[in-house]
Amino acid sequence: MIMAKPKPIDEVISEINHFDSILVAGCNGCVSVCEAGGLKEAEILASSLRIYFTKAGSRKQIDEVSVTRQCDKEYLRELEERMGEYGAVVSLACGAGVQLMAEMYGAKPIFPGVDTCFVGVTEQHGVWSERCQACGQCILASTGGICPIARCSKRMLNGPCGGSEKGKCEIGVLLNRDIPCGWHLIYERLKALGQLHRFGVPSDDKDWSGSRDGGPREIIKEESRP
Amino acid sequence: MKTTTPSKLEKILAAGHLAVTSECGPPRNGRADVVEHKANLLKDHVDAINVTDNQTAVVRQCSLACCIRLRLMGLEPVLQMVTRDRNRIALQSDLLGATSFGIHNILCLTGDHQRFGDHPGSTNVFDMDSTRLIQTIRQMRDEGRLLGGYELSEGRPRMFIGAAANPFADPFEIRVLRLAKKVAAGVQFIQTQCIYNMEKFRLWMQLVRDEGLHEKVAILAGLTPMKNVGMARYMKNRVPGIDVPDEIVKRMGGVPKEQQAEEGIRICLEQIEELKQEQGVRGFHIMAIEWEEKVPEIVERAGLFPRPKVNGAQ
Repeated sequence: MIMAKPKPIDEVISEINHFDSILVAGCNGCVSVCEAGGLKEAEILASSLRIYFTKAGSRKQIDEVSVTRQCDKEYLRELEERMGEYGAVVSLACGAGVQLMAEMYGAKPIFPGVDTCFVGVTEQHGVWSERCQACGQCILASTGGICPIARCSKRMLNGPCGGSEKGKCEIGVLLNRDIPCGWHLIYERLKALGQLHRFGVPSDDKDWSGSRDGGPREIIKEESRP
Repeated sequence: MKTTTPSKLEKILAAGHLAVTSECGPPRNGRADVVEHKANLLKDHVDAINVTDNQTAVVRQCSLACCIRLRLMGLEPVLQMVTRDRNRIALQSDLLGATSFGIHNILCLTGDHQRFGDHPGSTNVFDMDSTRLIQTIRQMRDEGRLLGGYELSEGRPRMFIGAAANPFADPFEIRVLRLAKKVAAGVQFIQTQCIYNMEKFRLWMQLVRDEGLHEKVAILAGLTPMKNVGMARYMKNRVPGIDVPDEIVKRMGGVPKEQQAEEGIRICLEQIEELKQEQGVRGFHIMAIEWEEKVPEIVERAGLFPRPKVNGAQ
């Protein structure tokens, strides 16, 4: 799932300051799970903005809405009738949703209300962490189901490096939080699976052309096309 | 005109001469003599020699090492540096290394995408782009600070900062804006993409002059003589960002095979003659790809020889 966090409200305010009417558009997909951009967060942001602008003596119309998913045109189309009422939209979707909305509503200024962060999981209520960097070529089969690209700070393919201590990554000291060493985890897991022989095999060079490095990506499934 | 660095290229431009630069592409191996040989072909006929940095994303001998070699030969290198392969740590480190060898010209480039090269599965870095690289060098040189804030109390780079411009890429109207951005970032000279479409180039220069940019940056017109009609077709159809009009292909194809090289050189010479009259063109960058031996002849026949001597140049 795509994880995001709300932008600082000052940043949002500085973008929408000049508009008289603003729609805050939530997304009920991923960003609602990580409590950054669902209907609840859209309501909170809209109400915070109303309070801010009222206090600042500025009269603005600020409303909120949320759609099933902003990364699908059919759901974004639901906003078509309301769009005309607003000078600008703050979208709380991930970067993909913001962009699709901007594509569909060409003349309308669309501003992001969240910072899109990573593909990750819910660790516990209120804690989300990264698991996948969408590199386009999954190697989890050989690494015990733990991804070194996402979980090793150096994205090493033959780790761990010399900075791993007691199962922790060295950069955790700088960031003041415990970061498990991805390769320590891989090692322990392969051991538990009886697959340690996999650890002994030097990896081939990774093909990054299916990753961001190969340019913007696209998947086409011919049989599903209209 | 005041100069800002020990660069000979800068001095020649400041003295009002038409500058002539050329380039040599390093080999795809570790031989010592290839660049030395190419440089010896060029050295008396050009003011400075560019060394390309893994051009078209093909692994070659490193640009910095080859520039050091030129420097040790007493020549004036232009260090081409792309931001594709190295992050800001490595780029700044290389700039300091280049400085230590008295390399005083740099050409800041973003670089071709690695998918065009011989390692299409590699990562790209692009920690910064060419415009940011210009700013980085300017900051190191003029403010004496690394990007991280460390103060260079001594050993600052003293580089004449260059960049590329492609008047032929799309959208056309953004090309001059982008040049303006590089000028604002601190670029001092430009070597253009190789020119074949003279009409479009003149239009671009007009827009450059309309913005007054020709007074802020020295524009060297990029020229690549065609060896034969096959090369003309290849450049036209296969090389992104190069604009070869049909007339050029037709003209190259219109002469017998053994005369095509001479025809290519004639076209190049006609271009130089015409561009000498173009206000704001301050010199020529002759990129004779794997054809360096023809550069002296082109320079001589274009009336650009001998090259001027400037006082104080290294």
